[in-house]
Amino acid sequence: MSTLSPKIDFLRQADVVGRLSAILPDDALLYRSEDTRPYECDGLSAYRQLPMVVALPRDEAEVQAVLKVCHELRVPVVARGAGTGLSGGALPMGDGVLLSLARMKRILSLDPLSRTARVQPGVRNAAISEAAAAYGLYYAPDPSSQIACTIGGNVAENSGGVHCLKYGLTVNNVLRVRGFTAEGEAVEFGSEALDGAGLDLLAIVIGSEGMLAVTTEVTVKLTPVPEIARCVMASFDDVEKAGNAVASVIAAGIIPAGLEMMDKPATQAVEQFVHAGYDLDAAAILLCESDGTPAEVEEEVGRMRAVLEAAGATAIRVSNSEAERMKFWAGRKAAFPAVGRISPDYYCMDGTIPRKRLGEILRFIAAMEIKYGLRCPNVFHAGDGNLHPLILFDANIPDELERTEAFAAEVLEKCIAVGGTITGEHGVGIEKINQMCVQFSPEELALFRELKLAFDPDGRLNPSKNIPTLHRCAEYGRMHVKGGVLPYADLPRF
Amino acid sequence: MSHLEQQFAETVRDAVSARRTLRIRGSGSKDFYGQPWAQDAAVLDAGSHHGVVDYEPTELVVTVRGGTPLAELEALLHDNGQMLAFEPPHFGPATTVGGMVAAGLSGPRRATAGAVRDYVLGARLLDGRGAALSFGGRVMKNVAGYDVSRALAGSLGTLGLILEVSLKTQPRPVAEATLRFEFPEARAIEELNRWGGKPLPLSGSAWADGELFVRLSGAQAAVLSASEKMGGEKMNDGEARVLWQSLREQTHEFFAVAAKDGLPLWRMSVPSIAPIDVLHSAMAGNTLLEWGGALRWFASASAPARVREAAHKAGGHATLFRGTDDLRQSIGAFHPLQPAIAAIHRKLKTAFDPHGVFNPGRLYPEI
Ligand SMILES: Cc1cc2nc3c(=O)[nH]c(=O)nc-3n(C[C@H](O)[C@H](O)[C@H](O)COP(=O)(O)OP(=O)(O)OC[C@H]3O[C@@H](n4cnc5c(N)ncnc54)[C@H](O)[C@@H]3O)c2cc1C
Repeated sequence: MSTLSPKIDFLRQADVVGRLSAILPDDALLYRSEDTRPYECDGLSAYRQLPMVVALPRDEAEVQAVLKVCHELRVPVVARGAGTGLSGGALPMGDGVLLSLARMKRILSLDPLSRTARVQPGVRNAAISEAAAAYGLYYAPDPSSQIACTIGGNVAENSGGVHCLKYGLTVNNVLRVRGFTAEGEAVEFGSEALDGAGLDLLAIVIGSEGMLAVTTEVTVKLTPVPEIARCVMASFDDVEKAGNAVASVIAAGIIPAGLEMMDKPATQAVEQFVHAGYDLDAAAILLCESDGTPAEVEEEVGRMRAVLEAAGATAIRVSNSEAERMKFWAGRKAAFPAVGRISPDYYCMDGTIPRKRLGEILRFIAAMEIKYGLRCPNVFHAGDGNLHPLILFDANIPDELERTEAFAAEVLEKCIAVGGTITGEHGVGIEKINQMCVQFSPEELALFRELKLAFDPDGRLNPSKNIPTLHRCAEYGRMHVKGGVLPYADLPRF
Repeated sequence: MSHLEQQFAETVRDAVSARRTLRIRGSGSKDFYGQPWAQDAAVLDAGSHHGVVDYEPTELVVTVRGGTPLAELEALLHDNGQMLAFEPPHFGPATTVGGMVAAGLSGPRRATAGAVRDYVLGARLLDGRGAALSFGGRVMKNVAGYDVSRALAGSLGTLGLILEVSLKTQPRPVAEATLRFEFPEARAIEELNRWGGKPLPLSGSAWADGELFVRLSGAQAAVLSASEKMGGEKMNDGEARVLWQSLREQTHEFFAVAAKDGLPLWRMSVPSIAPIDVLHSAMAGNTLLEWGGALRWFASASAPARVREAAHKAGGHATLFRGTDDLRQSIGAFHPLQPAIAAIHRKLKTAFDPHGVFNPGRLYPEI
């Protein structure tokens, strides 16, 4: 497998461009650094690498042709949607082709009766719901990045959103994925029916971070828009109390449409940005949503209120209009950009833990803030136990990125220690590849590698992401023991 | 690894060195399903490995050993006001959870709640080298590594022995009601699809012999207002429970008659809007429809090739769900795979079970 190399081999580049220019029009092939620069990173901008070539196919035939050439020339391929990924999954390779699916952005069909839509991979998540709205339908998974991120990227990351507790993740809302293997062979996973024949390869392909196949068409399920939705916002004077309130809601047999938490530093950052009217004195706030028929929602909101009050909420507000509900959510959905405004850089973590360990993790993070001298506001998909602590840093200050990464590594390993996982929805990518060595045994990692090779025998699709080599794990083990040593030392930094 | 798990591992390693194959068997409740067993395979009694490992209702997650009786798990969840939302069929009194996952079959609630695979959060697996591997976890969201545990649902034991599985649980609905309508088949399909596009608390549907039954579950208020909107005749609760149970366990008259007449039972998984003529033109015999139109059962002696072609034309696939060993052997229980997909299947099988120890030929002859 190729490794990341910062230097572009111009002879090789000329070769590859020559071959691809027979397939793609001029404006669909980029190789000058000023043109490829916009593709040098995804949402994890600490990692950058100029790709050797960027290819922008418009249809399946072009995708297939590009893959066949790359296969023949033994060029690694990294697929890319909108580049909003937060784990470096779409980080290009200096000796590879970056295959952008952004130009394939047509909704091919939308059938309100069967409640499905067939879309190209570059269609934005929110565009599906916009198109379905006329029929009272929407595409349920709603990552906060939904106005930008693509369905191809969502499939690759198995993305979630604030409403996934009740409506499921990408994997629960996609029926079928069409695409091509690294060798350019057409493949179809799942079907237009509720299941497909044979092993459930669709489940494996969803969340596979572009390492098994390039997605060129997705059939998604559409969900009826609930008659109404209301959001309960509860304040707590203690973060752990808020965490326990989450468990109490579930214990009461309620599955809220969304159940999110923000701590005080996060709320304060967000409030300046969106003026949602958040309680700035609260140590934490919970957003708890109910949807359904008006009568059902009224009944449920009443139960939610009672549970949250019993759990020690100091104040409770219930949205009284759709505008007010959107306002409550606006802050939560804008949490990352808001934090981006109060700090030159921020680093988003994505561990998931059993809900009951929330308090323990929060104490641990607080201790890490002191240890590393960095602030860390917290936003959570609390209902799912999925944490997004945001470490604030300034990449221009020597060693702040390194301290940030060490901080993050400790938190992720703590997530594993309490029975959780290093990533709930953002993926491993290049970012958490070392923690994979902690979460999985050498045998499990070996199986993941064989699984990859079952789809991609030459290891050409997005190599060196997600699944670490045992060699890398051994090295990380050493680095880990020494401590304070820069992880990802082999990666270029700018 | 526990003592028993070590014994399993030893059995696997012994089989590898003796070049024998193993037949993983929970209680045998799904022996009828899939390709017939290889004659010479030795039985590995997966049912002996049972017990609940961890259950915390507020986490909505339960972890059990593969041999745990499904009835025991369901009773435990019931006591805590929860359930397995996908309503798996048992097909026998001693059905195990591992067998339930391996068979990957879901019941009436599937169309709206999701299938077994949607509720599998993690698993420990004994692979064909005798190594215990863990995938997924005990949390709601987890995208670290490939999602192997979900793919165990429906794998029929071909990838390995399920030692433990973590499943997402759900609160039981407060209220339930079943409505009955008299509709011909095409109309039933149309109505089901129309209702499916509305925010109604649908939790099951079935049509047979001119009668359509629709179940609603959820909050009292939601069930009430939906019943009013939809019309139909409300069924008595006791009768309704019997009906859904008979669909889940295939004791319903439709299945009983098919069995009595010795007719092959075809399971057609198709888009919910698949027009009836495409299927009926290929198949004589009775139909029962579930999952909002997405699952159609046919008791039919029609030529298997035509049945499969019709399912394919309709955008789905056909399983010979029940039939004689000879028939399942000769035409294959499951719909043939696209060559590229079949190749991936073979390589995956080799990755998990390089010596082909587990359930050879149970899913497809070559895996
Ligand atoms: C502000 C912000 C908020 C976010 N909020 C959320 C959130 O709430 N929930 C959540 O889950 N994520 C969230 N994300 C992360 C990110 O938006 C998702 O991971 C998203 O799915 C990525 O989509 P993309 O189109 O940008 O993909 P990219 O970043 O371009 O690519 C992501 C991965 O997918 C692969 N890929 C892309 N397209 C294809 C294809 N067609 N075929 C094969 N592989 C492909 C790439 O190789 C890469 O590995 C957030 C990101 C930001 C910046």
